[in-house]
Amino acid sequence: MATTRIHRLVLAFPAGLAVVAGALAAQAAGDPVAGKAQYEGTCGGCHSVDANRIGPMHRGVVGRRPGSVAGYDYSPAVRRLGGLWTTARLDQWLQGPQALAPGAKMYLSVADPAKRADIIAYLASVSPPAEPVRGARHQRARTVDAGAKR
Amino acid sequence: MTTTENDAQPADTSARRKFLQTAGLAVGGFGMLAVASAPALAAGKAKPKMADAKGDVGVLQGALALEHEGIAAYTIAGGSGLLTPDVLKIALVFLGHHKGHRDALANLIRKAGGAPVEPKTDAQYTAELNLGALKTQGDVVILATKLEMGATNAYVGQIAALQDHGLAHLFAQISTDEAVHWAILNNALGNAAPTPAFIFG
Repeated sequence: MATTRIHRLVLAFPAGLAVVAGALAAQAAGDPVAGKAQYEGTCGGCHSVDANRIGPMHRGVVGRRPGSVAGYDYSPAVRRLGGLWTTARLDQWLQGPQALAPGAKMYLSVADPAKRADIIAYLASVSPPAEPVRGARHQRARTVDAGAKR
Repeated sequence: MTTTENDAQPADTSARRKFLQTAGLAVGGFGMLAVASAPALAAGKAKPKMADAKGDVGVLQGALALEHEGIAAYTIAGGSGLLTPDVLKIALVFLGHHKGHRDALANLIRKAGGAPVEPKTDAQYTAELNLGALKTQGDVVILATKLEMGATNAYVGQIAALQDHGLAHLFAQISTDEAVHWAILNNALGNAAPTPAFIFG
């Protein structure tokens, strides 16, 4: 039994590292301070950090399940997405929401990679840090789910 | 003092008339897309075009929701008693612009067979925009400046998603209206104009 537990930890460790490394890499690439200004200017027409408006609130978005903020009326397209909002997935989303979730309410895209990185770094800064190992298996399982058709 | 939506009077009725005429052209263009698609759709050949038109309606609905929020913000802040008469006068002009945008967008959605998204309640807008925290005229102007910046970028950032050129033109018109609002408010705050080019988008 102890061996099984160790085995699980060993299996989970690389996935956990990948999650943390991915998050850190995205944060390192972007500047959260510049990202705050970019966020307010680019996203602030529809979004706030702490209130659902035209779009859902963003506090805690990194690591959150799409379509899961209470009180916001999501499109079926986003509710069906599954998985989690990772920094990489947010980057994909900001390049073209309709490509990721056709029928989503959001159409705005951000073409500039540096601007996207700053915005995502800011979003990560208002999200709780990822749990390194304990949450990694969970996250990996859900990410795999996201790739499956539902 | 109470300011309702109906209190706003556009400062320049000829400009408003001209805008509405131009918006009417955009309506016509969008309507033509839908009509022109109908026979081909019947023949089973126009699915992409219909999908495009549906996408355009989605963009319009988001823009309409944005205008509803802007109208609520100016109406509620305008009725707060925080604004001096001169500032209130400008706020009412901007409010009139947002109502013009709202009407044009709602008409387009109806023309395309959609049901325009309805505004939320004032209580919802007050909570979502934290309007209860506004204590001074400066607070109101700062919030309005942020909202106008966000609105300008929202319009500019969605033009590429539009399939209909008439709608793209309308979005360009509205985004420049919002940019004018932002510039006036930003100047009122004593902020310098941004140094880099491409301020929006």
